[in-house]
Amino acid sequence: MENNAAVSFRHITKAFGSKVVANKDVSMDIMGGEILALLGENGSGKTTLMNMLSGIYHQDSGEIFVNGEEVHINSPKDAYALGIGMIHQHFKLVDVFSATENVALGMDKKTTGGAKEIAKAITEICDRYGFDVDPKKKVYNMTVSQKQTLEIVKALYRGANILILDEPTAVLTPQETDKLFAVLRNMKADGKSIIIITHKLNEVLAISDRVAILRKGEYIDAVKTSEATVQSLTDMMVGQKVELDIERPEIEDKQLRLSVEHLTCLDKYGVTALDDVSFEAYGGEILGIAGISGSGQKQLLEAIAGLQAAQDGASITYINPDTGNKEELIGKSVSDIKKMGVALSFVPEDRLGMGLVGAMGMSDNMMLRSYEKGHSPFTNRKAPRELANKVKEELEVVTPGISTPVSKLSGGNVQKVLVGREIASDPTVLMAAYAVRGLDINTSYTIYRLLNEQKKKGVAVIYVGEDLDVLLALCDRIAVLCGGKLNGIVDGRTATKEEVGLMMTNLNTEEKEGEKDDNNQSDQ
Amino acid sequence: MTTTKAINKEASSREKPFHIVKRTDMPTWKSWLIRILSVLASLVVCAIIIVAVTGDNPLEVYGTMIKGAVGSARRVWVLLQEVALLLCVSLAVTPAFKMRFWNIGAEGQVLMGGLGATAVMLLLGHKLPAPVVLVLVIVVSILCGAIWGVIPAVFKAFWNTNETLFTLMMNYIAIQIVSYFTYVWSSNKGNNVINTINVDNHAGWLNLPESVDRYGYLLNIIIVAVLTVLMYFYLNRSKQGYEIAVVGESINTARYAGINVKKVIIRTMLISGALCGVAGMLLVSGTDHTITPNTAAGRGFTAIMVSWLAKFNPLFMVLTSLLLVFMERGAIEISTVFGLNTSFSEIIAGIIIFFIIGSEFFINYSIKRTRAKEVETK
Repeated sequence: MENNAAVSFRHITKAFGSKVVANKDVSMDIMGGEILALLGENGSGKTTLMNMLSGIYHQDSGEIFVNGEEVHINSPKDAYALGIGMIHQHFKLVDVFSATENVALGMDKKTTGGAKEIAKAITEICDRYGFDVDPKKKVYNMTVSQKQTLEIVKALYRGANILILDEPTAVLTPQETDKLFAVLRNMKADGKSIIIITHKLNEVLAISDRVAILRKGEYIDAVKTSEATVQSLTDMMVGQKVELDIERPEIEDKQLRLSVEHLTCLDKYGVTALDDVSFEAYGGEILGIAGISGSGQKQLLEAIAGLQAAQDGASITYINPDTGNKEELIGKSVSDIKKMGVALSFVPEDRLGMGLVGAMGMSDNMMLRSYEKGHSPFTNRKAPRELANKVKEELEVVTPGISTPVSKLSGGNVQKVLVGREIASDPTVLMAAYAVRGLDINTSYTIYRLLNEQKKKGVAVIYVGEDLDVLLALCDRIAVLCGGKLNGIVDGRTATKEEVGLMMTNLNTEEKEGEKDDNNQSDQ
Repeated sequence: MTTTKAINKEASSREKPFHIVKRTDMPTWKSWLIRILSVLASLVVCAIIIVAVTGDNPLEVYGTMIKGAVGSARRVWVLLQEVALLLCVSLAVTPAFKMRFWNIGAEGQVLMGGLGATAVMLLLGHKLPAPVVLVLVIVVSILCGAIWGVIPAVFKAFWNTNETLFTLMMNYIAIQIVSYFTYVWSSNKGNNVINTINVDNHAGWLNLPESVDRYGYLLNIIIVAVLTVLMYFYLNRSKQGYEIAVVGESINTARYAGINVKKVIIRTMLISGALCGVAGMLLVSGTDHTITPNTAAGRGFTAIMVSWLAKFNPLFMVLTSLLLVFMERGAIEISTVFGLNTSFSEIIAGIIIFFIIGSEFFINYSIKRTRAKEVETK
């Protein structure tokens, strides 16, 4: 190679089966000492390309060069030997091990020199780049951000000069993201090459030097970040002009639909996950739920859906929009709630583990929430098939067929299937948890549009999100959770990002009382 | 660290000659072609082993196997009967396995069903009219199997006990109970053998008259054939079958969908146990007309293989159970004709099954040769 590229891809093609071409003749370079953002819609082949670099897949054809030499990466071990480390979206750590033990895992004692040496090396790496890792801390005691840091330290310890981060900020708070970016800049200054896959364009602009764009498996172009804008990147990624404003339609006639009072829930370990939370949700508005992940969002939604037991004294009242009847949801099971005529739709966070059956096709998944309908002991197969075709067409789901197992679809398409089904049931309450997590910008806007359509129909939408910019642009009101407590409800039109970010992390009990009162008054 | 790095680098610059790639798009005819080819390949391997170990002509051995399995009208009937019995147990375990409930207690459930049939035939055979006895045999044996199957399900549903160990232990209990009753009911005090029950009036016998059905197997075969079709529709078309599939894939998803998981576990094991009871009834009142602790003869375990090989599809299970029974019947024949130990025929059966299971690898994965062009340039 003539240039000083750390990694060069040349004519890389990778297909899965005969129908799906994940990468098609991709040629691109990653320079030494740069941060390259890899951008593309869901299913555009970003992760596949990086998996080939980290030894998980092997290309069908084409060459990879590292530091100018052609290499054959047959396993993650080979990748490490070449100084390539990948931080996956799902951490690969052993929970009951300490930081040191996790780093030592899979390494020969002869090369590491034992636990003390490793701990020393970890401290050195931390000092050098500004990480914060306690070598003795067990992984199960760590926050998501700490686990991620440990993964990066692990990669650096193994001699990684080229670091691949697959959506590292998806699970971080804004503050944690800033911290991560500072570390990445230190690493860049040290001459390391960093490839970051992310869908958050503002982050791409903030951190990267160059942006490489993939579309439908093909390499489109690479541009200097300094010459790019959110709009220009989006247009390149999608291949056409995209409207980038989130709408927030005004609905005059808001009706109380759901009233949650003194809701306290325990998680599966018996620890209080949700602590005395009270709020109201109205038809014709989108109520945002903000908070660091694990602040009780899961329990909140599941308690409403009938999946989570509540402690005594709690009440969740549903007001039927047609009859005006009040129904108590606490103590009712999912099927009880369904039988009561409460049209509740729920897009859970865990799409394949809870919202869908991965091994079934779109068609069979469509009847998951409605298979019981009718008196026949046999399932009605025609209606779900028609619905599957409708969702596939309207939401542009990319799948070989409606009977292809949904676990084989890309993340964005899985989410479209799930959201499509939940909306199709004509809900009066629609709850969505992290509905756009991992989705590209185009699909994300499709989801926002669908949520707004429901809002306009008078549905009470409860949207648990992590991207504060989106929450502030989309939601009418935002309830902020902090450590299981409701830290206040703010107006989405007037609140600032800093304000909400602070409320997510700092629980001020005195202020909380005051704010709560304010909110109650403003609601009345 | 730097030294190991250098060595590894050396290693990684060499390219593997093959890469294993998952494939998703094999047409059905091609996958069946691979399966058939793998059976042929296994026969070739077996032939080599036959020649090497025994010096017999492998073609003759195969000929004898076929003769042993389908060599006469009687043998064809026995083959079909054995297929029916194995298939019945396989149908029984399939809903449980589809629900990811590892019911390895079919052996015990079959025995308990058989014991129920035996008890009715022995104790009421001369007290009630024969048709009433038959009805009671059917009801009691189904009930016994269902109870034996539902006990571990209840414990699983309410206290999340490990069903694998639980059902396995229930087998031993069932065997001991049957041993006890073969002692209590033994025809000659103390020899632990129950002679053929109700030879005189055939009360509780599940056979068509000899004028219609010479070997007495037809009714069993018809019953299992009907059950196969019913099970196919139950699993693939019914609401309950859908629930079983969802619970099997993910309990969380099932809860989310409003499925009562406890109820589904218990109901499915009731069905599984009840069908095992039917198998026990077919064995006792349809075939043997007596019971021993060995009446199930390992079918409860072989059935698991039948079900898995057929990927829980009842219609494919007809083929897989036929294959296994065919091999077994053939094996018995070669062991007598060639004077070989029965272990030898088991070796042959093992090799063939190994190849069939191994063929799934080639159906799911393809092995790609790395490009040759690059080697030339180097």
